[in-house]
Amino acid sequence: MDTINVLVVDDETDFTELCVKRLRKRQIAASGVSSGYEALNFLEEQAVDVVVLDVRMPGMDGLETLKAIKKAYPAEVILITGHDTEECAEEGMNDGAAAYLIKPFDIEVLARSIRKTFRKKKIKESQPAGEKGC
Amino acid sequence: MKTNGYNYIKKLQIEIIAIVLFFSLIPLFALGSFLYFQFTQTYTQKVTNNLRTIVDNKKKALDMFFEERVSQLKTIAYTHSYKELSDEDYIRSLLSAVQSSSNSLIDLGIINSDGEQVAYTGHYNLKGVNYKNELWFHEVMFKEVYISDVFMGFRRFPHFIIAVMRKEEGSFWILRATIDSNIFNLLVQSVQIAEKGDAYLLNSENILQTPSRFGKQVMEPSDFPKTPLFTGTTVRENFSEQNRMIVGMSWLEKKNWLLVVSEDPTEAMTPLFRTRTMVILLIALGVMLIVTGAYIVSRSIIRELIRSERQKAALDANLVQSSKMAALGKLAAGVAHELNNPLALIKESAGWLKDLLEEEEPDKIANFKEIEKTVNKIDLHVERAKSVTHRMLGFGRRFEPVSEDTDLNKVAEQTLSFLENEALHRNIAIEKDYLENLPSVKSDSAQIQQVILNITDNAIDAVGKNGTVRMKTGYDPKKEEVFLEISDTGPGIPKEDLDKIFDPFYTTKTSGEGTGLGLSVSYSIIEKLGGRILVDSTRGKGSVFTVCLPVRSEK
Repeated sequence: MDTINVLVVDDETDFTELCVKRLRKRQIAASGVSSGYEALNFLEEQAVDVVVLDVRMPGMDGLETLKAIKKAYPAEVILITGHDTEECAEEGMNDGAAAYLIKPFDIEVLARSIRKTFRKKKIKESQPAGEKGC
Repeated sequence: MKTNGYNYIKKLQIEIIAIVLFFSLIPLFALGSFLYFQFTQTYTQKVTNNLRTIVDNKKKALDMFFEERVSQLKTIAYTHSYKELSDEDYIRSLLSAVQSSSNSLIDLGIINSDGEQVAYTGHYNLKGVNYKNELWFHEVMFKEVYISDVFMGFRRFPHFIIAVMRKEEGSFWILRATIDSNIFNLLVQSVQIAEKGDAYLLNSENILQTPSRFGKQVMEPSDFPKTPLFTGTTVRENFSEQNRMIVGMSWLEKKNWLLVVSEDPTEAMTPLFRTRTMVILLIALGVMLIVTGAYIVSRSIIRELIRSERQKAALDANLVQSSKMAALGKLAAGVAHELNNPLALIKESAGWLKDLLEEEEPDKIANFKEIEKTVNKIDLHVERAKSVTHRMLGFGRRFEPVSEDTDLNKVAEQTLSFLENEALHRNIAIEKDYLENLPSVKSDSAQIQQVILNITDNAIDAVGKNGTVRMKTGYDPKKEEVFLEISDTGPGIPKEDLDKIFDPFYTTKTSGEGTGLGLSVSYSIIEKLGGRILVDSTRGKGSVFTVCLPVRSEK
């Protein structure tokens, strides 16, 4: 099984830290940053398969970061939020997010979601280009 | 508050009635009194004119009578000489000749310049009587013709005389006749038309010259006010004493006697009084009709007003409730979000502890079991908190309802299947009264199920043990709504709490058992589906929740 490179982005550093530790314990190569800018910088330097992105962050918020990531990198994005609004979820999905989780969630749910997203990504990449997912 | 609201409506009703009455009664009364007074005037004028004509005619007749008598006497005086007339036999035959054509003359007498009656013919023996000192004797000397007032004279009964003077050969003599007052009275009184009418003559001293029909005899002073001389005929109303009279009067031309003809107005005016009664009756009838009409009109206006007032109040209440729900939804969502982040942290921390514990050997840590138990507890309670915040989010969330054909009976039945076990355990009977062929509604059956579940769950909790929960469906064709009525035999909801039960976090359950969000979520769901939830509750008897859904989608 391939190592999954994951980046957790959340302004709550405690949360990021715990998340990273727990994902690593589940054989997922996770790293953590605490803002959208940092996330983009991180992506510039390292290849990441899945980004776990908090929607509500000071400065560059989750949706903006999502757009920026989707423009420049092949990474898939899972949105997490404590705020459940219809428009927010819809916008995120339209912009190419792979999944949407509401805090607090079980770490196993996140891990499963990451693995699923990673598998989808792999399948997508193995298919010929031009046939982008609908 | 309600009674206050209707007080002003009562006042308005009185105002409407007052205005309607004012504007319709005034013209009615004006018209009525105008017609009455116009009629009175016309009729009074007619009566007056009638009386005037009578007086005029009578006056002419009386004048004529005097003129005839005077000219009769003058003819006799100027066609005979003193010598001829001094012969008593001759004047006797003359009198009987005159009486044969008119019996108004009773006797004739010839008086010489010394005042001595030289010849007389008549019932009384008056020959040789000297009139030298009588007032009329001097007057006839001046005026040549004299008509006396009625007097007693030598005859001791009321009579009057007419005397004419003739000058002959440097001297003069007088021919005097007595007028039969009976004939004269008849002539005056023949004027009487009505039962209470009267006619008499007064001299300038206000002494009756003919008897008045009711009361005074001839030669008595009259009660009639003394009237100065005037020409023509006057009619006026006389209010003397208790009885009103219309009086017509005129001074005779040949003699200064006043002819008085009086009539009782009540008699003459009977048609007028009948008219007045009719007018009063008609006005009373009109007033009754107008009052009834005003009342009916005002009542229908007021009824309409109350109806719209109620509608408005219901609408206002609805609006207040929806805006309250919207604000609370926003608040709930905000709170939920703020709580979710720390909850996530707590959960992750507990989770991490769990992860770490897995790597430890239980035997090497003294309190391993306790630590593991505590961590699990933390996890459990975070789950509990999470379920609250997620429901709060759900309350504020604007979901997009799907629109599918929904059979309310089927949804209710499905929902009941979740709860039947619970009910059985608590010995609660579930009665079902489903209307067959219930029209299906275009709605979101999953959401409706959620609502039914919430309400029925509450109903079962309200009953507690040993009771009945009743489900009834129906269709209201007037409102084009289907409804589901869920009633229970629980303790009911206090009146003061009835408008709070849809508020978020209102609950009667002990903490931990309920979140107080079920009904408020249900309320917003049904509202979004275009329906209504109604609640009715009687303390001690139970509560009835009714979910109404429009058959036709509002889109």
